[in-house]
Amino acid sequence: MLTDAHPAPDPSDAAGTPDKACPAVSFRGVSLHFGHIRAVDAVDLDIAEGEFFALLGPSGSGKTSCLRLIAGFEQPTAGHITIFGKSAVGVPPYRRHVNTVFQDYALFPHMSVIDNVAYGLKIAGQDRASRRRAAEEMLALVQLPDIGARSPTALSGGQRQRVALARALVNKPRVLLLDEPLGALDLKLREQMQEELKTLQRSIGITFVFVTHDQGEALSMADRVAIFHDGRIRQVGPPEEIYRRPRSPFVADFVGSSNVLPPEFVRQLTGRTRPASLRPEVIRLAPEGQAATVLDHSFLGAATRLAVAMASAAGSARMHVLLRPGDAVPEVGDTVRLAWEPDDLHVMEFEE
Amino acid sequence: MTAGGSADPAVRPALDPPARFGLGRVSDLLWRHPGATVTAMLALPALWLCVIYLGSLAALLAHSFFSIDHFSGMVRYDLTLDTYAELFTPANFDIILRTVAMAAAVTLASAVIAFPIAYFAARYARGRWKALFYLGIMLPLWSSYLVKVYAWKLILAREGILTWLFETLHLSWLLDAYLALPVVGGTSLSTSYTGTFLVFIYAWLPFMVLPIQAALERVPASMLDASSDLGARPSQTFRHVVLPLAAPGIVAGSIFTFSLTLGDYIIPQIVGSSRLFIGQAVYTHQGTAGNIPLAAAFAVVPIVIMAVYLWIAKRAGAFDAL
Repeated sequence: MLTDAHPAPDPSDAAGTPDKACPAVSFRGVSLHFGHIRAVDAVDLDIAEGEFFALLGPSGSGKTSCLRLIAGFEQPTAGHITIFGKSAVGVPPYRRHVNTVFQDYALFPHMSVIDNVAYGLKIAGQDRASRRRAAEEMLALVQLPDIGARSPTALSGGQRQRVALARALVNKPRVLLLDEPLGALDLKLREQMQEELKTLQRSIGITFVFVTHDQGEALSMADRVAIFHDGRIRQVGPPEEIYRRPRSPFVADFVGSSNVLPPEFVRQLTGRTRPASLRPEVIRLAPEGQAATVLDHSFLGAATRLAVAMASAAGSARMHVLLRPGDAVPEVGDTVRLAWEPDDLHVMEFEE
Repeated sequence: MTAGGSADPAVRPALDPPARFGLGRVSDLLWRHPGATVTAMLALPALWLCVIYLGSLAALLAHSFFSIDHFSGMVRYDLTLDTYAELFTPANFDIILRTVAMAAAVTLASAVIAFPIAYFAARYARGRWKALFYLGIMLPLWSSYLVKVYAWKLILAREGILTWLFETLHLSWLLDAYLALPVVGGTSLSTSYTGTFLVFIYAWLPFMVLPIQAALERVPASMLDASSDLGARPSQTFRHVVLPLAAPGIVAGSIFTFSLTLGDYIIPQIVGSSRLFIGQAVYTHQGTAGNIPLAAAFAVVPIVIMAVYLWIAKRAGAFDAL
């Protein structure tokens, strides 16, 4: 009997008795180091059951590594991961009731679509008739009926994405992991799939953990978002909170490209020597406002964005301003006057 | 405009004038007629393939349908199946069975030995290790085939290094017990089928490793992750994902090992019992015996066997992953 190190998995685990009080996935001080590279560094994280949770960050920030840790493809160098309260240390991927939609879909090219979807059930020992029925139902759920006999290599990117989704969901996972599943799709299809995924998650009610580098995607789909940078989580919260009250300049800039005002500049405005975030859309043209010089303007379709330099005693700050419909677009070199509500200037706790 | 922006853009023409002569003109012409480029590239190899390669193959096939006049020793140029019938006489049919059995055994063993090597090279070896792998695999091909076979004869001989090794380890009884076995045994390893088998594997192993490695190289790691993610233990992933995806490489490798063994006449002549293999039969019939038709008929056997083998492999889905 193993008595030291990690506690042996609870035998009742096999029955899959859900413990509602437990988070679906929990990280405690989890690190994943490859030599000198700290892919994941001392991460604490709780993902609740039934939640649509997004891991958001630039490439190389550790979000995909976190997903691979949940799936079991990597073992943490330090720390502890529990899945529904059960320790996942030393548990291989094939003993976890967690399924993954891979970034490159990873469909098996030597199997038909239906055999791809039924693969997990075949491995689980289900008979041919029942697994085919389940696979067909799942293909219908992702709105791809009647393509079961085809080869996955003959499908479009969007279709492969749905097949990969069906192949994961047919196993009725407790947690579904999605690794940038929409990254390879064009904009129109991506938007459509975002809505479909969200609807699907609501209807089946299982936990989705979604990795993306697209902040718009994370904000629009997720119940909560974790912002990754350099292997660490910088902030966790609902999309609105992250957007309105970023805790650090990195989060402010990465999520929605806010104007990050330097501490000296903020002291002039508020008296506090801290960086502050000022969203481009809260700034308006107002005759009583502060003077700024227009450096550039770009037409974005729904709005026009100005790049301006605002001078103050503490030096000049570069900012973006979104013009409202009906605002006259000033010329480069013009002086504009800008104002905002005091509440909209969000002073941040952290400098980094 | 940067200062380094060379000439005034107004002076520099947007298009160069067409070349009037030389290589420039040829390039322009070929660029405008891509079909001509392909034809020019393929003409010579196609000529070689059709005339020299397929031509001699046709001549070979034709000869197998002639027969020899046993009194005069001359070839009779009348179409007949008599020569093929001669293949089925017990003495000749034994040669065919022996060769096919050896080729199958060598192919199977090569695949078993080559797979882990190829798997390591494709999945784990990077940079320096990969270079070392290629070097290790290719190195035996750099030296003369005859020298290698004779070296093996010395290794396997009764007075050779293997016998010495077994003696040193006090395992001579094991070697003797093995040599006492029927069929695979003999007076020494260098005069047994086992010796022939070992040298065949040594000689053809690179031809099995490289295609398997190339096939495995094309299997993305996410495919193995996906299988594991869907509940498959490593052994199940191997059976349902790795093996089918590597199958085209294994088949390609086995075409080499199988056909090379079917056709070789040097290895069984130097290492092994004195019983003939197809290659040796062809060699003796076209040379000393002067029976070109029978030699040709023997030479057709490997071609037919390979065709049947590939047909079975295709039916079994070995090329589905291509």
